[in-house]
Order: sequence, then C-alpha cells, then structure tokens
Amino acid sequence: MLEFEDIQHILLTRAPALAARYEFLSFHNGAGGRAWVSAIREKIHSAASMRAGIDKDKRWVTAAFTWNGLRALGLDEASLTSFPEEFKQGMAARAEMLGDTGLNAPQYWVGGLESSDLHAIVILFARDDAEHDRCVFEHEKVVADCPGVEVLSVLDLKAIPPLDYAHDHFGYRDRLSQPVIEGAGEEPTPGSGDPLKAGEFIVGYPDEQGVVANSPQPKTLARNGSYMAYRRLAEHVGRFRDFLRQHGETAEEQELIAAKLMGRWRSGAPLVLSPDKDDPELGADPQRNNDFNYKEMDPHGYAVPLGAHARRMNPRDTAANMNRRRMIRRGATYGPQLPDGNADDGVERGIAAFIICASLIRQFEFAQNVWANDRNFHELGNERDPIIGAHDGTLEFKIPKRPIRKKIVGLPAFTTVRGGAYFFLPGLKALEYLASLD
Amino acid sequence: MSSESKTQDWSKPVAMAIPKGGYFQDKVEQGRYGPIFPKTPACYGFSILAKIIPGREEVFYKYAKSIEETIAAQPDALAVLQLHYLRWVLFPIKGDTYFMYQGIFDTDFDKYTEDAVTLFGITGLRTVFENLEDFPMDWQTNPGAFIKFVRDHQCPSFLEYAEYPYASATEVKKALKLKAAFSTMLDQMQ
Repeated sequence: MLEFEDIQHILLTRAPALAARYEFLSFHNGAGGRAWVSAIREKIHSAASMRAGIDKDKRWVTAAFTWNGLRALGLDEASLTSFPEEFKQGMAARAEMLGDTGLNAPQYWVGGLESSDLHAIVILFARDDAEHDRCVFEHEKVVADCPGVEVLSVLDLKAIPPLDYAHDHFGYRDRLSQPVIEGAGEEPTPGSGDPLKAGEFIVGYPDEQGVVANSPQPKTLARNGSYMAYRRLAEHVGRFRDFLRQHGETAEEQELIAAKLMGRWRSGAPLVLSPDKDDPELGADPQRNNDFNYKEMDPHGYAVPLGAHARRMNPRDTAANMNRRRMIRRGATYGPQLPDGNADDGVERGIAAFIICASLIRQFEFAQNVWANDRNFHELGNERDPIIGAHDGTLEFKIPKRPIRKKIVGLPAFTTVRGGAYFFLPGLKALEYLASLD
Repeated sequence: MSSESKTQDWSKPVAMAIPKGGYFQDKVEQGRYGPIFPKTPACYGFSILAKIIPGREEVFYKYAKSIEETIAAQPDALAVLQLHYLRWVLFPIKGDTYFMYQGIFDTDFDKYTEDAVTLFGITGLRTVFENLEDFPMDWQTNPGAFIKFVRDHQCPSFLEYAEYPYASATEVKKALKLKAAFSTMLDQMQ
C-alpha cells in the first residue's frame, strides 16, 4: 500500500501549472538550512493532499537535496555512506559517462549546478503568473529568515505558445508516455504496459524483481523518497528549423524529417500508426497515441528509424527488461518562444526537466549512457540520439526507406546541456527528520 | 554494415597488443560502473577466473546440462548480451580447481550489467557462480557486490587476434542469411 500522505506530490501527480520556478540553494550553515527545511515543509503537498485540493489549490512545492546538501544539514556519516555511489558523486562527476562532453560539459554549466555548494532545490509549480509572482515574494521572505541560506540561481519556466497543449520549443507535443505506478490509482493508457511496482520509483517498496533496494539509512529516510536527475537542456530552435529546411523542400517534407528524428509527428501522432502523413487527432487521443510496438509493427524502422529519439528512450518490445528502465518525467519549458519565420535571437530557451526513479544508475544513467549515447545502439554504427545525444557534427542519422535508406551526415547538436544535478527527494516524515537534526 | 566496420576492414586479420592492466591509458572510457575494457579486433570480452568451493565440481557438470536444455528450449535466452561465444573451463592449479568463464561480446559488459544480473536469476547461470569462493550470496539485492566480484576476478587479455576483425554477430548472421537467400535464389533459377 502506497503511503500517499508521506510521498511528495511530484512523484505521483502532474500539477496543472502554467508557470514554474526552480530555485537552487546553498546552506552555509546547518542551522540555517534546517530552519529552511522546516519552513518549506509546511508548503509541500503530499500526494494525498494534492489530490484532495487539486481543484482549488494554486501552487505546489517540492524540495529535494544533493548529497552535499544532506551533509550540510548535519546528516551523520553512517547515513551519508548508505546512499548509492552515483548519487554521492553527483551528476557533474559522471559527466563523461553521461555524454556531457564538449559544449555540454559541466565547465560550461550555468547557475552553479556543477558546484559542490549546490545543496537543495525548491520547485514551484503555479497555476498562473500571479500565483507564481506571489510565491516568489513569499519564498524571498522565507530565505531572508534563514541565516546562511543562499539562493545560487533561479530559473523561471512557462508554458509557451502557440499551441494549446504542452509542447517544447521545437513544437513537439510533450507528456505522451508516462509509466503508471501500481497502487497509485491510475489506469495506464493502451500500449503503455501494465502498472509497475512502486519500488521502481519510490524507495522502500518492492521493485519489479521483488526486491526492496537502494534504501538509504536510517529508516525514516528509507521510505517514500526517490531520486531525481535534473537536466536543463537548451534547444537551438534556429538551427533545428534550418536543418529541416535543408533536408526538406516542402513543408510536408520538413514535417516528415522532424517526425523521423522524434519517432512521432510534432502533433504527437506515432509514426508507427501513421507513417506517411500527420494525424493530429490521433496525436491528441491518449487512448490511441501510445498504442503500438516496434518488434512486430516496425521491425526494420521504415516508420520509426531505429535511432529516433522516442525509439531510443522507450524501445518498448525491442529491449530486454524494459520494466527496469522506466522513469517518471516532470518539467516545463523556459525562455521565450521563437516565432516561426524569425531568425534565432541568441536567447537561451529550452526544457528543464526532472527524471524521477529509484535507481539513478540503473534507470537514468543507463538511458543516457546506452540509449542516448551508445553510437552503436541497434548496430547503427555512428549515431547518437538525434535530439538529446552528445553531438559534435561528426555523427549521422539514417532513415530506413525502400529501396535505399536516406543517410544524413554531419548531424548538428539541436540541444546543449546547460546544467544538471542529482537530488534525493525525501518523504515528508524524512523532511521533518532532516529539519530536526542537530 | 556499420560505418565503424567499414573503416575497420573485416577482410584483413588483425592482432592487437594490450598494455599491462588491460587499458590503453590515454583513452580509457568510463562506464557506469567504472572504466571499460577496450574494444579489440576480437570485439569486447571478459575472462573471469575464480577458485571453486572444494568438492563442488559435479555441480558444474550438472549445470552444463541444464544450460544446454535452457538454450534448446529458449534459443534467445541470452540475446540481450549480444554474444559471439561463451566458454566455461575447469582447470587445476596445485590441487585446487579453478573456473574460467570467458565471453566475447559486441558490447561492453558495463552497458548491460543489470540485464546480465537479471539473466542470472532466470536462466540458472547463478548455479556456477554461487559455487565460487568469495561470490556474494546477497547478489540479488546487492547488484553492486555482484559487479565488484566480476571486476575483481576479470583477467584482461594482453593480446587479441581476429581472423575477421570487428565483425559483429549481427553482421555475421546477416551475411549467412544473405548466403542462404542467394542459394535459394539459385535453386529457383534452375
């Protein structure tokens, strides 16, 4: 039985937010940090309280900590040691393996995320701009009352125009494929697979192998928490649009190239179900837009190239042990929309997302290291994920087609990692425990 | 054929000397669980050597029969490992029995470590390892300990040779399929 009263809301429910803000904090002394944890605890919805008030509430807050942050709060050595090695090291230390190389490397990150002074994140999801602004002001007061707590950086996020559904700056529909946790009370949409054991996402519960693993100590921390990988990914919209124009003469051809890179039309319609032309109604229909497989329906990649983003990040029935590799994704877009037809203005825009899982090394790092960045995934030879892989202009993208495939060489980097970090997302009792350390 | 293979000509045999320790120090690639042993003309691979618990030899021979049956019943049981060959060897050193488990793969073992651990549970591969000295008996709940055992007992090659270098198992199988298809075509032309 999931303990909904103790689990932070972000793990189980997506907030109906149009604005957001992430604040990255450093604790210069333990007492100040603990005072902040105590104050912020009061603002955090559990999964239960969020569900109860979702129609009237206007803001939802989440707090999480780096390993250095747990140390700064005064957690003892035995407990610190009990956390998984990759979490202790932090994302920046694992950059090479994650593909955060070249311009993606931590030395170019912004906002102090690569620093060992990064201790905590507070995530605000707000129903509208007015609530966002009110909460920012309120949090300034909280921080001012906690001596030694410094805001290293902030990132404001907002749903962007022109479409009336969640989409990124490239125009791709977002939030299409999410795993469902057994016992959370949700029905998976057709094609999404069975609900997964809670232990894949929440520590302290049995996972898909029936094992309770990766639980930190003491007991209070060992239940109802999770791990989050944060990724701030700049999207180079001008470069992306130039690429589409370069490889497609008509608007239809350009749309097809965009679809081949992703594995879905920008409307969300799966290429497997609609290989030749877009079908926006299909893209918008959750009962149909995830209901397909690859092994039987598209084994050679004539619809979805073997290296397309969606096929790499969720290979469905073409990967072993898929149930051990699933992740929950939350996040939003930041930066202004670049209107169609405008030249790139040099302003940074992108997505800043959280990948939530019970084992960073087995789930998030595997996806980055193998699915996104293994150049020989599916024997492709010289490819990486065309959207999020590490690119330096020397890789290619192959589009299977009869009689002869199309091969695009010199694929540019459409995205750049601008920052990232690993956080532990404690349960609410665990937050109270952290606030009470001395 | 992958671009990598095109630049690495399969028609010309290659031997590669590997430095002491198993790594080329100037280009060590980091995996999730530590440094990755380099790809050679004979692809990726490992050679795990360990002493068996005295008196357990018979278990190994029974295990061989059970693996034979497992693969006969489910030929793709080990597909995820992207294997070419596996060899299991028992040999004596000063009255003790040692075990060698040697595998040749198309991918570095680090990438699919967890899949390998899962396979251990479902295919009976566990049997031999649980009869090796120092093998962590809590491997199912402690994948880190399992991986450490494998890394601690890995003996890297100092020389590898391939008659058809860098060809993957998939490419070899595709070539054989093509040969069979041509053969069928010629039959149809009679």
